[in-house]
Amino acid sequence: MPINILVTAKQVLDPETPAGALKIDNDAKRMEAPGNVPPVVNGYDENAVEAALKIKEAVGGTVTVLSAGSGFVMDVIKKTLSMGSDELILVDDPSIIGLDAYGTAQVLSAAIKKAGDFDLILCGRQASDYDQATVPLGVAEILDIPPVTMAMGLTVNDSSASVARVMDDGNETVEVSLPALVTVSNEIGQPRYPNLRGIMAASKKQPTVWSLSDLGLDENAVQAKVEIKEIFVPVTETECEYIDGDDDEEKGRNLALKLREAKII
Amino acid sequence: MANNDILVMIDHAEGSLDSTAAEILTAANGLAKQSGGEVLAALCSSDSGSLPQKIISLGASKVYTITSPVFNEINSDSLVKAYEAVIGNTSPKVVLFGRTLIARDTAPRLAFRVNSGFAQDCTSVEIDGDSVVLERPVYGGASVARVTFTGDFGVAVIKAKSYDAAIEDSSRSGEVIDLTDSAGDLTSRINLVDRQKVESEGIRLEDAGIVVSGGRGLGGPEPFDILQELATQLGGALGASRAACDAGWIPYAHQVGLTGKTVSADTYFAIAISGASQHLAGMSAVKNVIAINRDEEANIFKAANFGVVGDWEKVTTAFLNMVKELS
Ligand SMILES: Cc1cc2nc3c(=O)[nH]c(=O)nc-3n(C[C@H](O)[C@H](O)[C@H](O)COP(=O)(O)OP(=O)(O)OC[C@H]3O[C@@H](n4cnc5c(N)ncnc54)[C@H](O)[C@@H]3O)c2cc1C
Ligand SMILES: Nc1ncnc2c1ncn2[C@@H]1O[C@H](COP(=O)(O)O)[C@@H](O)[C@H]1O
Repeated sequence: MPINILVTAKQVLDPETPAGALKIDNDAKRMEAPGNVPPVVNGYDENAVEAALKIKEAVGGTVTVLSAGSGFVMDVIKKTLSMGSDELILVDDPSIIGLDAYGTAQVLSAAIKKAGDFDLILCGRQASDYDQATVPLGVAEILDIPPVTMAMGLTVNDSSASVARVMDDGNETVEVSLPALVTVSNEIGQPRYPNLRGIMAASKKQPTVWSLSDLGLDENAVQAKVEIKEIFVPVTETECEYIDGDDDEEKGRNLALKLREAKII
Repeated sequence: MANNDILVMIDHAEGSLDSTAAEILTAANGLAKQSGGEVLAALCSSDSGSLPQKIISLGASKVYTITSPVFNEINSDSLVKAYEAVIGNTSPKVVLFGRTLIARDTAPRLAFRVNSGFAQDCTSVEIDGDSVVLERPVYGGASVARVTFTGDFGVAVIKAKSYDAAIEDSSRSGEVIDLTDSAGDLTSRINLVDRQKVESEGIRLEDAGIVVSGGRGLGGPEPFDILQELATQLGGALGASRAACDAGWIPYAHQVGLTGKTVSADTYFAIAISGASQHLAGMSAVKNVIAINRDEEANIFKAANFGVVGDWEKVTTAFLNMVKELS
């Protein structure tokens, strides 16, 4: 049975940017990368797109990607299309940047309702900006469908999904009937690189763009339940004592002597 | 309407409290002193046994229990309904969860159900005047956000090891109140099919006093044999960076960091690990960090107490041989 999958994907600051290069913008209550570092699609969301494409390849259907934000870099967010998704919906509104998880979940679930009927909603396990791992659970609550988090494996058969989950001390397999929401973790495997055909196909596609008012949402509907007062870099004062030696071997031996002397080993 | 009480949601397995339980009870006691309320606890289980008494001896004045066979295999679909019933019966000011896998699912769902604010993975929680102020690492641990709930009530998950464990005092007394009847239907839409436990040999990574971790700079799976030998020699456990796990060199169960394990070791060896903030997030409580890296500019040296700039293999092998000689 072909299934219709919606994947949520967020444009985020590149998490590989060295922490020292990030600046705090305390008016906007966020961190910013240097101007020449482009944003990326949140890594786990690429994992979710990959999982969706694998299911589509197995059983047929469609993959629609949904992103809410502002200041989208088309080359970046369209990567989800060049990987092979069928459609991209952007909820583009300046007020979205400042929303908390509550407001973001309201926006995403309203957009999902407007976009159509989906059997499966896939999200990343967390967004690498605020690391909340919260929005998908909110979407599932609002849509009243069961959420399963931390997927490392995912198959669908007829009207249910079987999900292998990452646990602290191993893994487990659970089954849910569709429609359901599943969050995907990196253990599911590397997302594919877009090939030339995918990039060409994506360049011809235009995303559907909605504003908050297109979704029938006003300020009240997305009012924050959590407010960021301040963002700061904690001061750590560790003084590193470097261990010397004529060569690497001697440094290794000297390290052992030093740690023994300090009663650390 | 919220009153001044602090409610903690207790996680447990195989008849014992999760290690986070005593930690959030410490946090809750601090909050209750500030708010002038009581510390309440909720326990959902298939058989509560002696756990309510234990929770009281750790500082809760009332324990609300919901007992049902569905909790033989705990999942968030059942748990969120039970917790909703506890909130309905208690109207606390703040609800605290310890950071366990199940809490990370259940706590946000609960917040959405009861229409409250939610803060994930907090390292501190305090009451300042009328508002609840929480701190949580953001941007992979590169910075910290100080946040507040905009309403008069909120739910938070507290990161493991952010608070010292409460000390048991069996002379404490308290009330156990059964709420099973008010919880209603607890059936879940999520069905467990199978659970595979990965048995780790030796000491658990989270509990080990010494952790020896390796990263992408090791270049392959074989070097982890040397690191394992060193860990065994020192009586410690083996850790890894996400890059090493992603490469398939070592199972994910060894990953330390933001999305891996948080270690409580006194001593941590970071070998051929660059020290990304997401990695440091799992080892921020360590007293002695020893870094071995050939790049003297590597960020790990900023978090290290002892550093060796050099090739990991030469340094580590010589170090291991010397450690053997010294013991
Ligand atoms: C949302 C999110 C969550 C994440 N969670 C985690 C997490 O939980 N844990 C985690 O670890 N990472 C996590 N990461 C990834 C993190 O950002 C880094 O990519 C990762 O920690 C890098 O691993 P590494 O230090 O092993 O590799 P690299 O950064 O590639 O560093 C390798 C190091 O090895 C050194 N080296 C190379 N050869 C040698 C040699 N011969 N001798 C000595 N040194 C050598 C190099 O100088 C370098 O410093 C997360 C990322 C994101 C976006
Ligand atoms: N603004 C957004 N647009 C699209 N998806 C989002 C957005 N915010 C969060 N998500 C999805 O929810 C997941 C978890 O986000 P968070 O709860 O912020 O950590 C992300 O990996 C995305 O899949």
